[in-house]
Amino acid sequence: MDRQVSAPADSKTVPTKPTRLRSFFHSQKMAPYFFVAPFVISFLLFMLYPIISAFYMSFQEILPGEETFVGLKNYQALNNEHFYAAVSNTVIYTIWTLIILIPVPLVLAVLIHSRFMLAPVLFRSALFLPALTSIVVGGAIFRLIFGEMDTAPMNTILIKLGFSPQQWAMEGGTAMFLMVALASWRWMGINLLYFLSGLQNIPKELYESAEIDGAGSLSKFFRITLPLLKPVTIYVLTISIYGGFTMFTESYVFWTNHSPGDIGLTLIGYLYQQSFENFNMGVGSAIGIVLLVTILVINIVQLKLFGQFRREE
Amino acid sequence: MHNKLLIALQSGVGAPDIADIEISKFGNFLKGSNIPLAELDDLIQPEKDKFIQSRFDIYSKNGHNYGIDFHVGATVMYYNKEIMDQAGVKIDDIKTWQDYAEAGKKVLAATGKPMTTVEVIDNWTFWPMIAQQGSDMFDQNGQVTLDNETNIKTLKFLHEMVHGSKIAVPAPGGNHHKEEYYGFMNKGGAASVLMPMWYMGRFLEYMPDLKGKIVIRPMPSWEPGGKRSAGMGGTGTVVTKQSKQLELARQFLGYAKLSKEGNIRVWKTMGFDPIRWDVWDAPEIKEKNKYTDYFGDGIFDILLEIKDEIQPVNISEKTPQAIDLIRKDVLFKPLKENSMTPEDALKKAADELRK
Repeated sequence: MDRQVSAPADSKTVPTKPTRLRSFFHSQKMAPYFFVAPFVISFLLFMLYPIISAFYMSFQEILPGEETFVGLKNYQALNNEHFYAAVSNTVIYTIWTLIILIPVPLVLAVLIHSRFMLAPVLFRSALFLPALTSIVVGGAIFRLIFGEMDTAPMNTILIKLGFSPQQWAMEGGTAMFLMVALASWRWMGINLLYFLSGLQNIPKELYESAEIDGAGSLSKFFRITLPLLKPVTIYVLTISIYGGFTMFTESYVFWTNHSPGDIGLTLIGYLYQQSFENFNMGVGSAIGIVLLVTILVINIVQLKLFGQFRREE
Repeated sequence: MHNKLLIALQSGVGAPDIADIEISKFGNFLKGSNIPLAELDDLIQPEKDKFIQSRFDIYSKNGHNYGIDFHVGATVMYYNKEIMDQAGVKIDDIKTWQDYAEAGKKVLAATGKPMTTVEVIDNWTFWPMIAQQGSDMFDQNGQVTLDNETNIKTLKFLHEMVHGSKIAVPAPGGNHHKEEYYGFMNKGGAASVLMPMWYMGRFLEYMPDLKGKIVIRPMPSWEPGGKRSAGMGGTGTVVTKQSKQLELARQFLGYAKLSKEGNIRVWKTMGFDPIRWDVWDAPEIKEKNKYTDYFGDGIFDILLEIKDEIQPVNISEKTPQAIDLIRKDVLFKPLKENSMTPEDALKKAADELRK
C-alpha cells in the first residue's frame, strides 16, 4: 500500500526504468518463476548438467588431458561377474528394505499415533535418533557388535542362546543381513515421520463416524488409515526404491568397498571403484547411466501402476 | 583423499603443491601420456647410491621418477618369544619356510596355538612371500604374471598351512588391521606374524601387552641362502604440476625426504625404516625411543643384515585392479572359504587382468 501512495512522487525524480523493474518483480506473472528459480537453477547446474556430462563421458576413455571416444566399449566392459554381483546385491538389498522399511514404520506410526500409547514423544524421538547420527559412526559400532570373534557382543548372545557364532561380514547371507539391519536402524525413524505426518492429516471425524457404524480397530486401519495414507506410502516407496538402488555407505562401512567374493558390492560401490579406485571414469559413467535408466524405469512403472499420472485425481 | 586429488588433477584445478599418494593407488596417477605430477629425477640423481633403489622404481614411469617414499617397508617376521619358548623352538634356528612350517607344527602341538595368521582380504602375507622370490603380480614390463609357477606354489604353501597342517589361521577379521586381530594377537593368539617394518607402530598402539615379547627377524627364505625380505607398501610424496611454486615445492620435498636429517626424523617420529640406508647406523638412530623400548635394541642391525635382500615390487597401471581382485577373491576363496584351489583362483584373476 505504501508503494502506491508514494509512487507518483518517485516517478517525478526517477523516470521510467526503476518502475519498470519494480513492476517486473511485482507482477503476478513473474512471481512463480522467481520462487521456483532456486530449484530450477540448482537442478540444471547440479543434476541435468552432470547427467548430460556423464552420458557423454560414458562413451569416452578419460585420462588427464586426453579424452578419446571409444564407442560402446565402456558398456561392453560391464559384461562381467562383478557388475552382475553388484546388480544382484543391489536388487536383493532394495527388496529387503522395501519389505522392512515400509510396513514396519507404518505400523509403528499407527501405534505411536494411537491414543492408548504411553509416552509417544519418547518413542518417536528414540526411533528418530539414528537418523541424526552419522551412518559411518553407526556402521563402525555395528561392525564391532557383529565382530567375528566369539567375544563380540552379538556372537556372545548367540552362544548364550545355544546357537553357533557367525562370521558376519564374511558370508553372503549374513553380509546382506548386516547391510539391511544397518539401513533399517538408520532409516526407520525417517519413514516413521513421513507416516506420522500422513496420519495427522486424516480427519478424526472419519474414525468417529466409522466407530458409530460399528467398525473395529482392524477394519478402521484397513478401510480408512491405509487408503488415506496412500500418497505418503507412494512417496516413501519411490524414495526407498531410489535409496535402495543408490546404497553405498551401508556397504562401505563394513568392507571399505572390497568385500570378499563381492558379497557387499553394490552398483554405486562398483561405480566408485571403477571411477576413483581404478580411474576408469568412462566405465564409471556407464554404470551411472545404467543405474539412472534402471531407477527411472522402475519408478515410472511403479507410479503408473499406482495411478499417479492420472490427471483426474 | 586420493579421490579428491585424482579429480583435482583430472579437472585441472584445486590440486595442492605437495601430496602423499599410497602405493596401491599410485598407478592411477601415472595413466596416459600427460602425467600430472612433476618429475623429480634431478633431485634424486646426485645421491641415488645412498638409497634403496627399488623405492624409487615403484614411483617411476618411462625412466622418470615422480614420487619419494617414506620408508623401505622391509617385510620381517615378528615372533612372540613367549609362545616360541613354550614350544621349545629356537627362533634363530628358523632359516627357511620349511623350518618355519616344522616349527609351526611344534608350536601347535605344544601350545595349541597357530604359528601364524594369514591375511585373506588383504595382500600383506601373500605379496611379500612372492616378491621375496623375485616374482610379482606383474613383471617389469607390466605383463600379468599373477598365475606363474612361483605364485601358485606360494599360495599352495599358504593353503597347506591353513587347511592341511592347520598351523596357520585366517587372520581374525580378515587382515592384520582389524580390531578382532589386534585383540586376538594381543592375548597371545598366534606365535608370529609376517608384516613390514611399518607395522611396528600397530604393535605399540594396539597390542601393548606384547611389549618386550616380540622379536624381529628376517623372513624365512625359500631355499638356503635365498632372499629374506621384500619392500612392501609405501606412500610416495609428489609435487603436482598444478603447483604455482613448482620449483620451491620440488626443492622442499627433496630436502624433507632425501636429506639425512629428514630420514632420521622419519625413524624418530614415525618409526619407519627410512629409504636412505646410510643413516641406518647413524648415532641418532641408535638412540632409545618408544620403538626400542618395545622391541629392544638392534632393530636396524636386522635391517643392515638384509639390506641387499629387500626385493622390490613392480607397479603397473593395473595394480589397483589387481590388488582389488586379490583382496576379494584370490586369497579369500582358497584360504578362507576353501571353495577354490589356489591354482584356479590365481588363473581366474590373471585372466581377468589380461583382458
